[in-house]
Amino acid sequence: MTEADKNLMYFNPDEEESPKQTAATAPKDAPEPKPEIMMELRDVSKAFGEGDQRIMVLEGFNATFEKGQVTSIMGGSGSGKSTVLKHMIGAYKPDSGKIFVDGEDITGFNQKQMDTVRKKFGFMFQSGALFQSMSVEENVALPLREHTDLNETTIKIMVKLKLEMVGLRGCEHLKPAQLSGGMIKRIALARAIALDPKMVFYDEPSAGLDPISIGVIDKLIVDLTKKMGITAVVVTHELPSAMRISDKIIMLFKGKIVFEGSPEEIRTSDDPRVIQFINGSPDGPIPFSKSQVDLGEELKQMNFL
Amino acid sequence: MVRNIFGFIGRKSFQLSDFFLDFFREVSGLYYLTREALYVTFIEPLRGKSNKWGPIWYQMDEVGIKSTTIVFLVAFLLGVILAFQTAYQLARFGALNFTGALVGVAMTRELGPLMTAIVMAGRVGASFTAEMGTMKVADEILALETMALNPVKFLIAPRLIAILIMLPVLTVMADMMGMLGGFLIGVTTLGIDPVPYIDNSIDSVKLMDVVTGLIKSGVFALIIVMVGSYMAFIIEGGAEKVGQNTRSAVVVSMVLIIIADLLFTTLFYFIT
Repeated sequence: MTEADKNLMYFNPDEEESPKQTAATAPKDAPEPKPEIMMELRDVSKAFGEGDQRIMVLEGFNATFEKGQVTSIMGGSGSGKSTVLKHMIGAYKPDSGKIFVDGEDITGFNQKQMDTVRKKFGFMFQSGALFQSMSVEENVALPLREHTDLNETTIKIMVKLKLEMVGLRGCEHLKPAQLSGGMIKRIALARAIALDPKMVFYDEPSAGLDPISIGVIDKLIVDLTKKMGITAVVVTHELPSAMRISDKIIMLFKGKIVFEGSPEEIRTSDDPRVIQFINGSPDGPIPFSKSQVDLGEELKQMNFL
Repeated sequence: MVRNIFGFIGRKSFQLSDFFLDFFREVSGLYYLTREALYVTFIEPLRGKSNKWGPIWYQMDEVGIKSTTIVFLVAFLLGVILAFQTAYQLARFGALNFTGALVGVAMTRELGPLMTAIVMAGRVGASFTAEMGTMKVADEILALETMALNPVKFLIAPRLIAILIMLPVLTVMADMMGMLGGFLIGVTTLGIDPVPYIDNSIDSVKLMDVVTGLIKSGVFALIIVMVGSYMAFIIEGGAEKVGQNTRSAVVVSMVLIIIADLLFTTLFYFIT
């Protein structure tokens, strides 16, 4: 049984009805136990805008994220990657469909319930989103200070440990404005893992960084995931980096999954859309123009009076 | 022709309804944010989630201590101007000695609270919007949410407490500075005797005048912080929007301050 078959089996729609049973009723002859599901998005649809300007961003989106694995969500700009991520952290509510975290349906959760779920998450923003008015130490210590009753000394020690993990111990007193792009991302990562979350979301971790910094961030993501058993969800469009770190890659196009599988499978895929994305070619099934309406139609309808 | 007229009326009425929809959307947004802010600031601490004092002290320094110079200056000069203007009128009735009374009552009842609030709307309301708006643009507010921290509690609550304490305090100081300005001019330039000036002032300024002024300044404080925060929280996009919303925050809070002033003055006129 190849890796692809296993994945296909895993995503059999019949089995997806009950995620907990899937793990229990895994075939006995399977070489290794199925990884536990940390998060699942089921038939999630989302549209923005009203009337004529209504744009379907996600349509019947299905995905699972396994514990202790790196899952990358890839796709060009405007393919719905960030929308998926915002659904997962509860910033958006889906128009239809359900979202499960750790076996809990979070779709109808209110603010207070959502906050308990969010304590299981870490989130690394594309821009880092460090608080500019605070020093590095205060940034990393903020979740600890607000959500735990630890005393000041313990918090200082924890901050040092987290900074050591990202290799930036000794920068505690600096302000975010004094840091380089790569350092900001590493501090953001330290802040994301401050509360030892079960899941960490990475929004474009390698955007705008030099190759060495990308390598460093990639290594940190893999290390954290494997050593601490954190579930990682990476939204990226850097193909080489995604290939290096991912256990599973989900490729999106116009809010739909066009490919799902391991990096090995993506290399051998013969789907023209996947090939176009890998080669980065402007011509192919993924069109160059983002416009919804044909240019000729639009010109005809213009009123020159 | 007829079609054009009806089309014109139709379009205009749709534009008008859009305008009103937008207006009421803003009003309800401001209302819900205010409700939430008051809840997290005053009700939640009673239920075990106390406010942290560090940020409140910091904001009190930013809002209050650093505004003293400009508030003192404005209030002092206002007292001087008032003394000149009233003396010019009162001298015709030979009631020059009552200048002190008029300056005192005008400062405590009206001009002290109002001018302090307007100065603070420009100085503090604008900085609230600009600061929190930049945080919103840089995803820092979203980051707070993903860390399960309520941005309203984290950002607005300390500012609300700080300005609710500091604006009345500044108002009292402004009242005193205004009266001092009037006194100095009255005694040195207008030639009024210091003793009757002070006597008249003390006779006419009632405690109620100061209290109504302070109640008003509390309401003004709420307007400044809520409009400033609301304008910051609705920012979507970039630096351009931050600039626009900072401007609207100042304009809207000034207009609301004047309207609130009118309402409360009317109220106090009838009940006191």
